[in-house]
Amino acid sequence: MTTTALPLVEHFALGLDAPICLTWELTYACNLACSHCLSSSGRRDPRELSTDECKAVIDELQRMQVFYVNIGGGEPTVRSDFWELLDYATSHDVGVKFSTNGIKIDAEAARRIAANSYVDVQISIDGATADVNDSVRGEGSFDTAVRALQHLADVGVSPKLSVVCTRYNIPQLDQFKAIADRFGAQLRLTRLRPSGRGADVWDDLHPTQAQQRELYDWLVRNGEGVLTGDSFFHLAAYGESLPGLNLCGAGRVVCLIDPVGDVYACPFAIHDQFLAGNVRSEGGFDRVWRESELFLELREPQSGGTCKSCDQYDACRGGCMAAKFFTGLPLDGPDPECVKGYGEMALSKVTPGAAPKPSLDHSHKGGVRGGPVPLTLTIRRPDKACDENPLTGVQL
Amino acid sequence: MAADPVRLDATTVLDQGWDVDPRVSIRPESFGALLYHFGTRRLSFLKDRRLLDVVQRLPQSATAREACLAVGLSEAELATYGRSLATLVATDMLVARRPSVPGPGDPA
Repeated sequence: MTTTALPLVEHFALGLDAPICLTWELTYACNLACSHCLSSSGRRDPRELSTDECKAVIDELQRMQVFYVNIGGGEPTVRSDFWELLDYATSHDVGVKFSTNGIKIDAEAARRIAANSYVDVQISIDGATADVNDSVRGEGSFDTAVRALQHLADVGVSPKLSVVCTRYNIPQLDQFKAIADRFGAQLRLTRLRPSGRGADVWDDLHPTQAQQRELYDWLVRNGEGVLTGDSFFHLAAYGESLPGLNLCGAGRVVCLIDPVGDVYACPFAIHDQFLAGNVRSEGGFDRVWRESELFLELREPQSGGTCKSCDQYDACRGGCMAAKFFTGLPLDGPDPECVKGYGEMALSKVTPGAAPKPSLDHSHKGGVRGGPVPLTLTIRRPDKACDENPLTGVQL
Repeated sequence: MAADPVRLDATTVLDQGWDVDPRVSIRPESFGALLYHFGTRRLSFLKDRRLLDVVQRLPQSATAREACLAVGLSEAELATYGRSLATLVATDMLVARRPSVPGPGDPA
């Protein structure tokens, strides 16, 4: 458009007055026990925000003009006030996109979703077949998701089909697309991070180097027809950038509010080191966003560290902060899945067991009935909703 | 993705009256403003504050040209701002106002 002193991407890197959107995990309670759950969910936390506290947060988001929230958990729909909060948000100018495993999406819920034009729903599956999906998400979870997709299709709702890419489902990309097409859904692929329980299974589940290339080529081929939440910007170093801003938005354009009101830089960084404050503190979320030391630091120009001399630094910008942190790599070095192979080299120097552990764990004690059974012999578990980068697909 | 929307040229846009779609939220930022359309779920940017002034002036202006001049733009700048407004029209952020000038068949 018209002249501007700095390219827009630099403005975003330096932070906005308020997030464009944020991820809000409403509860740590979940009916599933996915082996790669990024928030180590399972059991409700007794300190979770009450209905009134949640409404106060929504009032604040409305004042700050945060355009929408990506609601997740845990499984957000198991909160008894879920639909009340959803209606409260959309009637206060805060759009809602929520992620679910589909457990509560029956015909009635589907009608409710269809009736509210400011709500988007995202159904998670991590395999295009029950065997691949259920090995990470638990027995019966594939059928639950498909049932939910059918209820939504019956009332004309077009959901997103959200998939975390793993070593076992990369060969199924075309099948995922076919499922999405069958239900009038839009496919959304996101990156597996070593966050939460994901750290326990990352070695076994994360795509191989060859699969990363396969994924990149597939994404380039499918263009903007497939969403990625901008989560694969580390793959930009292969050449052509994928649609989106290719920028880590943590604490700059997005953040996470967890079920107890703690504010983290991003949904994949539930650790004290990335904790900016709590919405219950004086000044609320607004003050945390504007004044927290952590966020102000993230908005400083980044040095690039050891990646600075790489010819691809401008493409990938060193990759994902959370992926580095939870694999024990320094934040100013390469991403563990660096396409140039520098991450693997760096990983080989990390002392086993030295990577930081998540600060919280709400996993079901002793697992759940029908819980995930890994396809290989090592112990593992998987995901849940990811953040949604609001800048995906934006043309600058 | 939908095919490229039909784009109006700058002059056509400048000569008409426009309103911000009621489903659009505008948030000023240091670089200009963010626009979010709750219907299409699209995000757009106004990359300078004067463009924001123009957009905010549209509702009380008979034409976009009038809005531009009212916020102090020069004639020489109109084409550039007209193109920016055309982008906002193409992404449904702005909607055409019903003509306020009586047409030939309308009563005087």
